[in-house]
Amino acid sequence: MSAAGAQVAPLPTTASLVRIAPRTRWLSLDLREAWNYRELLYFFVWRDIKVRYKQTVIGASWAILQPFLTMVVFTLFFGHLAKISSQGLPYPIFYLCALLPWTYFATALQNASTIVVDQQQVITKVYFPRIVLPFSAVTSPLVDFFIAFVMLGGMMIYYRVVPTIAIFWLPAFLLLAILTALGVGLWLSALNALYRDVRYVVPFLVNFWLFASPVAYSSAIVPERWRWLYGLNPMAGVIEGFRWSLTGHGQPPGPLLAASTGAVLLVTFGGLIYYHAMEGTIADVV
Amino acid sequence: MCQIAIRVRGIGKRYCIGERLQYGGLRHRLEGALRAPFRLLRNGNGNKSKTSRQEIWALRNVSFEVSSGEVVGLIGRNGAGKSTLLKILSRVTHPTKGSAEIFGRVGSLLEVGTGFHPELTGRENVFLNGAVLGMGKKEIARKFDEIVAFAEVEDFVDTPLKHYSTGMMMRLAFAVAAHIEPEILLVDEVLAVGDIAFQKKCLGKMSDVVNEGRTIIFVSHNAAAVTRLCARCILIDRGELLKDGPTYDVMNIYLRSGLATTSLREWAPEGAPGDEVVRLRAVRARSTDGESAEAFDIRRPVAVDVIFDVLQSGTVLTPNLHFFNEEGVNVFITHDIDPTWRGRPRPAGRYVSTVWIPGNFLAEGTFVVGAAITTMAPVNVRLYEREAIAFQVVDSTDGDSARGDYAGHLPGVVRPLLEWETTYDSHPGSEQFPYTAAAQGGQRQ
Repeated sequence: MSAAGAQVAPLPTTASLVRIAPRTRWLSLDLREAWNYRELLYFFVWRDIKVRYKQTVIGASWAILQPFLTMVVFTLFFGHLAKISSQGLPYPIFYLCALLPWTYFATALQNASTIVVDQQQVITKVYFPRIVLPFSAVTSPLVDFFIAFVMLGGMMIYYRVVPTIAIFWLPAFLLLAILTALGVGLWLSALNALYRDVRYVVPFLVNFWLFASPVAYSSAIVPERWRWLYGLNPMAGVIEGFRWSLTGHGQPPGPLLAASTGAVLLVTFGGLIYYHAMEGTIADVV
Repeated sequence: MCQIAIRVRGIGKRYCIGERLQYGGLRHRLEGALRAPFRLLRNGNGNKSKTSRQEIWALRNVSFEVSSGEVVGLIGRNGAGKSTLLKILSRVTHPTKGSAEIFGRVGSLLEVGTGFHPELTGRENVFLNGAVLGMGKKEIARKFDEIVAFAEVEDFVDTPLKHYSTGMMMRLAFAVAAHIEPEILLVDEVLAVGDIAFQKKCLGKMSDVVNEGRTIIFVSHNAAAVTRLCARCILIDRGELLKDGPTYDVMNIYLRSGLATTSLREWAPEGAPGDEVVRLRAVRARSTDGESAEAFDIRRPVAVDVIFDVLQSGTVLTPNLHFFNEEGVNVFITHDIDPTWRGRPRPAGRYVSTVWIPGNFLAEGTFVVGAAITTMAPVNVRLYEREAIAFQVVDSTDGDSARGDYAGHLPGVVRPLLEWETTYDSHPGSEQFPYTAAAQGGQRQ
């Protein structure tokens, strides 16, 4: 029986009424309530940022060093040795434009996939809309992204790469990267609460995904006909988008981007439903 | 005016034990998921499907109402379902059946220090913990000084939490929790932690909150605290609501039913355990100053009195006590070997036998004590009261117990304070060590 429907007589009116019942509807995601908890989201993000570089010697410089060193390695091996086409861009810029969104995405995804398990102490003791967790997980790596972005700006000045008007598209691509991390993260975090196998899967996933995305190469090597299929990997759209909007080189990623956006919306929507379905029992199973 | 604050109707909560244990088995779960639709079909046809999982109803058809401003104690044994009910009301988990309505802002305190992070400073943790408990940033900022003053950690607000002592951390955690101002407060046995002075302080703060006229549900098996704070009590046993009424009545049932264990147990002459020779009249645990208590400082000795009446003169009787810890491990058994009465037939009358358990001996935790009186040679157990009393031992956080400076979980059945000594040699290489030739031979350069 579902007692959710068995509501009775008019009740005294108070500022807030909380109704507790078994979960029946899967699509009753209460985003307004989540919005009321935005301060908690802020605190989770703030804690993450505070804690990340505690007791490290060089602190937030890691945010710059990681993509920078990867860029150096890529430039040496994929660029100068393997001679992969960079569409006429200096290799460091070509790789950094891709590594920035990629590093953000990889960190955000790893954060999101473990956050429910990491926070089980809190989840089993306090109520808050659980959806706050994956949101905070994908928000805090943005700080690293912006720090690294300053470095990219410096590099662009050094290599005299002048952005075109296309740069106004950049926030849209960043949003797409956030949504991708969130969408996939929603699935992984809920699954991780049930099966700790996920913890071992994610590093592989990130590795494979790196090579399935045009980080080390340009998506121009994918035949035109298959470009849309390649775009089903949302990070392909994000990375090509970053390169195009930052440098103005190459083509705006049209069909690729359309496929990417579609794929992301689908994954995120599904993730929201799945995560929400899990929300009620998460405290019991985690 | 009598406004409803909480209305609970027919709440039930089922846990699937099997599900929980098998969570690692992805393959099993996938199989289950694939079969689920078929199982549903079978159920639809009215056939009961065989479930390999073990289901447990932690709560069953629990209904009650709480008016605004009422303070209700929720009592029951360990595992009776009190905490599950509180978790449902604070929306940490969902009920399987039934519904509940809560009118007003809810604050729940299922644990103190939820979300504390050791790397962050005291100040940062106050904000974080406050946010987790539902306070806004401005609200926390406004109460910050008050919180820090209550916790008595003014000098350490900017020190990372990992350098705090357990006591300081607990005080800070409770201080934050005590300053949330919801209309409805749900409190679990948070008072069961910390040293005794701190427990008293928390109870004091709780009474203040009660006097402010807020609605409170207070879960505890500390009978004394519940009696002091709550006018009304709800007794839960095995997931079901057993009794709901004035604290005095409910407490009576609780204590009489043997569901509760206290540190003092007394029997009327007619109902007392025993036989025609001896009757057990009371068992109690007390401190050095003679006061009965539920909780004892680990460093102080605990006395257990066995009070019994000998009805027929001429029998040799040996009182003995059996101590069990929370896991049911028999920690030790002690017999009265006091030479005054050892092997001597006892004349009729009242006897009070006391055993002293030294301080710095028992581990932290709850101990259940069984009391028996035996005639030796041939052995005849004249009475044995299995769970006569129970009491708690609380470790100190001052660093002078066996815990030392270690603040984490400390297992072990006993926790004796032992002597350590160290010899120091600034030029190792003397003939004393290694002790064996084998160890010497094993050294490779």
